[in-house]
Amino acid sequence: MTDTRWDVAPGDRPAIPASEQKASSGLLVYSIGLLLAVILTATSFWVANTTAIWAPGVPAGLAVLAIAQMGVHLVFFLHITTGPDSTNNVLALAFGVLIVFLVLAGSLVIMANLNENMAHGEMMNVQVQR
Amino acid sequence: MNIAVEMDDISQSELVNISEAGPAPKRIVAGFGFWIFLLSDIVMFSALFATYAVLVKATAGGPTSAQLFDLRNVAIETAILLLSSYSCGLMSLAVDSRHHLGTAIAAAVTFLLGAAFLMLELREFQGMIALGAAPQRSAFLSAFFTLVGCHGLHVAIGLGWLVLMMVQLSIRGYQPVVVRRLHCFSLFWHALDIIWVLIFTIVYLMGVLP
Repeated sequence: MTDTRWDVAPGDRPAIPASEQKASSGLLVYSIGLLLAVILTATSFWVANTTAIWAPGVPAGLAVLAIAQMGVHLVFFLHITTGPDSTNNVLALAFGVLIVFLVLAGSLVIMANLNENMAHGEMMNVQVQR
Repeated sequence: MNIAVEMDDISQSELVNISEAGPAPKRIVAGFGFWIFLLSDIVMFSALFATYAVLVKATAGGPTSAQLFDLRNVAIETAILLLSSYSCGLMSLAVDSRHHLGTAIAAAVTFLLGAAFLMLELREFQGMIALGAAPQRSAFLSAFFTLVGCHGLHVAIGLGWLVLMMVQLSIRGYQPVVVRRLHCFSLFWHALDIIWVLIFTIVYLMGVLP
């Protein structure tokens, strides 16, 4: 059973040879994850409140920090890694991300487009009235 | 007898190609199935996020996000949920090493932090409703309460699940089925924290930007 014949379950730490595995390695992984998450969260709150950063760049910065923190949570808490024994989990995640992207981007593009067309129509009415 | 036969099968099948090795152990199948459920849950949240992003400016003359949100409260909530996620990780380590006291303490800490998060969130909702910013006030507030409330509902369900798991653990001990469910619970709890990262970034931090 020490052989990695199957993919690991999500949340399982990747199989490490028993010789390299220490009792504290799991604790270390979670602690590194916590530390990174705290740093990223603190940076997010700082970026949102500071005036030291060019204001139009703040939303992009926040988005990058959030994506980085989601990556930290996936790797250090959920143990979804790019290892060969985690292929199924990563493929499912990739499909989920695709659907999330389609839902978000599709809704936003369509609604922005609709808004623009409606604003345009109103403006044309105004012009006609004038 | 049976066990001996199984052991024999395993040592033989270790030499076998993965495609011929038969079905994966139940622990892996259950974990993968729950992972699929979590991803579908995240897809549902993406629809709520899209709704919120579309409606965030539709305040109908009512209070706006910048007027309503208190970032200090959000920072405390974030810290609490993150620590809860960490202690949930420690709980799964304790379960793996069958450490009774560690499991009980980590579960209690996880539960208390989760309950504190939920209490803070409900108090925030209560304060907003008292200010006249109820869900029926504007499309923005409907979307806000649906999105954040749905996350809060997940946390509440998670708390109930955790209590249930502790009862099962005390009655049935570390049976494989109980350990599997605990494993799924910790996946669920970590996934909730990932969704909270998106909520505090998109809803709260971006909501108070000038």
